[in-house]
Amino acid sequence: MASELKMPALSPTMEEGTLSRWLVKEGDQVNSGDIIAEIETDKATMEFEAVDEGVMGPILIEEGSDNVKVGTVIALLIGEDDDPNDVSNNKNNEVVTQENTPEAATQTIEAPKSMERATDPSIPEGTAMKEITIREALRDAMAEEMRKDERVFVMGEEVAEYQGAYKVTQGLLDEFGDKRVIDTPITEYGFAGIGTGAAMGGLRPVVEFMTFNFAMQAIDHIINSAAKTNYMSGGQMRCPIVFRGPNGAASRVGAQHSQNYTPWYASVPGLIVISPYDAADAKGLLKAAIQSPDPVVFLENEMLYGRSFEVPDLEDYTLPIGKARIMREGSDVTIISYSIGVGLSLEAADKLAEQGIEAEVIDLRTIRPLDKETVLKSLAKTNNLVVAEEGWHICSVGSEIISICMEEGFDDLDSPVTRVTNENVPMPYAANLEKLAMINADKILDTVVRILNR
Amino acid sequence: MAKSPAKKNSSSKKAAVPATPNRERPNTPERFPLDKESMMAFYREMLLIRRFEEKAGQLYGLGLIGGFCHLYIGQEAVVVGLQSAIEPGKDSVITGYRDHGHMLACGIDPNIVMAELTGREAGISRGKGGSMHMFSVEHGFYGGHGIVGAQVSLGAGLAFGHKYKEDGGICLSYFGDGAANQGQVYESFNMAELWKLPVIFVIENNQYAMGTSVNRASSEDQLYKRGESFRIPGLQVDGMDVLAVRGAAEVAIDWVRSGKGPILLEMKTYRYRGHSMSDPAKYRSRDEVQEVREKSDPIEQAKTELMSLGVKEEELKAIDKEIRKIVSESADFAETSPEPDAKELYTDITVEQY
Repeated sequence: MASELKMPALSPTMEEGTLSRWLVKEGDQVNSGDIIAEIETDKATMEFEAVDEGVMGPILIEEGSDNVKVGTVIALLIGEDDDPNDVSNNKNNEVVTQENTPEAATQTIEAPKSMERATDPSIPEGTAMKEITIREALRDAMAEEMRKDERVFVMGEEVAEYQGAYKVTQGLLDEFGDKRVIDTPITEYGFAGIGTGAAMGGLRPVVEFMTFNFAMQAIDHIINSAAKTNYMSGGQMRCPIVFRGPNGAASRVGAQHSQNYTPWYASVPGLIVISPYDAADAKGLLKAAIQSPDPVVFLENEMLYGRSFEVPDLEDYTLPIGKARIMREGSDVTIISYSIGVGLSLEAADKLAEQGIEAEVIDLRTIRPLDKETVLKSLAKTNNLVVAEEGWHICSVGSEIISICMEEGFDDLDSPVTRVTNENVPMPYAANLEKLAMINADKILDTVVRILNR
Repeated sequence: MAKSPAKKNSSSKKAAVPATPNRERPNTPERFPLDKESMMAFYREMLLIRRFEEKAGQLYGLGLIGGFCHLYIGQEAVVVGLQSAIEPGKDSVITGYRDHGHMLACGIDPNIVMAELTGREAGISRGKGGSMHMFSVEHGFYGGHGIVGAQVSLGAGLAFGHKYKEDGGICLSYFGDGAANQGQVYESFNMAELWKLPVIFVIENNQYAMGTSVNRASSEDQLYKRGESFRIPGLQVDGMDVLAVRGAAEVAIDWVRSGKGPILLEMKTYRYRGHSMSDPAKYRSRDEVQEVREKSDPIEQAKTELMSLGVKEEELKAIDKEIRKIVSESADFAETSPEPDAKELYTDITVEQY
């Protein structure tokens, strides 16, 4: 049987082209790789190569023909085993085009409904509470998971011998040795990639960034390599890795070292994004992150590392990912926050209470997937909502909360959902300017009072 | 205490020897001895890749394959020579987006590779990866990565995993002359040598990074030297000769498996087709391509060697016919398989539901 030579598509968008020149004629012997024609598209002139060898059969489209649709049979090639007289039994001379079925374009696929969120494990009565710093809580979480699972290891700059740039990994080297607590050179892109590759190969890396400002060097691996792997592989290749480190503004370190990246990561399908506030959540959620089969971005806050909170003294305190926490109940207004903003919101709530305003404070804890049920439920109760976020307001987590409230909680709104954030400037160094740029409890308080007095 | 400066070498004769003669170097590879059985297997494998890629080019031309499609035609000896030397099931392989040949050489079914190219449910990534993003953990093939150079760090990570698990495995990390200029490559070289990771870095130098020739992009165009400042030894290999590749593979694997750390192989090769299907190839002459095809085509060379061993033309024709059948069946399979169900849109974004 003769094979059909069809008008090729030479780019993803080409639909038709000009067959400008034939370089062979009927009866010519052609070999694989020979140029047989020149085809012109709107972008370039391309050479059309023979793929098979054989003898040129009839040429069906004359040279110089314009608007030849992709897929049109332009000539026949008679192979060695073919009967040169039989060019009739070609399967289909009609144009083969991709099945862009119209229904596929208009069909709407609903995103799966989010799951019934697991609640925090109940703490047995009589459980002792231990006051520890967030720094210690994070370290304990890593140590506990490392004791349980040989595959878990920690890598990053100064995590081992220096005991952690912020002392979060203190003591890990002593307990687990240098095979599992690994100092890296200052090469974020490289070690994020090595960690990601190790996760693809079946390990459970915890990659520490000295701060998330430096993770910008490595964001390609976090997003392109880690987040998309499971989807792109049709679910066969996992990437269970935790990228963790301090995020957000520290103190007096200027613009390049003071930025909240939460919304950046939270916009990416395939990633889990966690940003806890207190020590119990830091511990329980970091343990959950390490246990998770998915890639997790775990955003801590340097300003909180030294702050102490009560943590239940339980053997394995692991919290569910994707569940917000009501930090304080109230009926007049909801304040949504995460990370350091939660502390400021609680402070504002105490002051509001003095004015007779009862604020409900919700800590999102996990930013992706976001627990919108808890947000909407609280909105339905208070009918007023403020988002407090230590970061910029444009395309922020706050922006997302506003969208959720508009789309799914519109009827519950008595006032516009309002954001309280840092100022829309790079972080200045001067003490007075830095203070002005940052969110604080008073700004939250003022905003709440303003929206309630409308 | 600061290190004392290196002693000046007074003998001018010694100036030509490598800068660090006091370090152990890998042996100079020898061409793999020619035997009929191995050469037949190499020939078959290379031909499968060639025919598969030609078919993929055709299907692209028909609009059945979308987006970008990077063909491996011309480079077959590299992957066939290397893959023939590793231990399937123990070692891991990772490459960039010009990955169809690597998958076939890993023993992955051509049908499901072709079906991925056409974006069908039966494809290896269930139609959700496409030409550039394919994986088979079962075959130790870790992609198929679309970001130039990413596979070098990821490959070092896979090697890290082998060392950590003490499973005796090594990783082959393939990348092109273009990727060889990426910063993360050198970050990874540094850590790979520092931690003695069992990884073979394979630079498939096909002379052009898209349309930019090596000379126009690389200040040191002898790419096998690129590891030297990290103390990674490098070997330059004729990547158009499958036996030379296999010979170098043996040296490299011995080096890496014995715990001496990474090694770098620069495979001098050539791609006949454009960078991707939509490349008008104005940066090189037709004659240049034709000359390589005529003088150093890896498959033609293998054919000549086989005939020198007394293999008959008919035998080779029979192999060709058989392979054309496999490839044509893979194309039929890829064309007739259904597209993924719309419900697949939302599956496998994360492993767990939260």
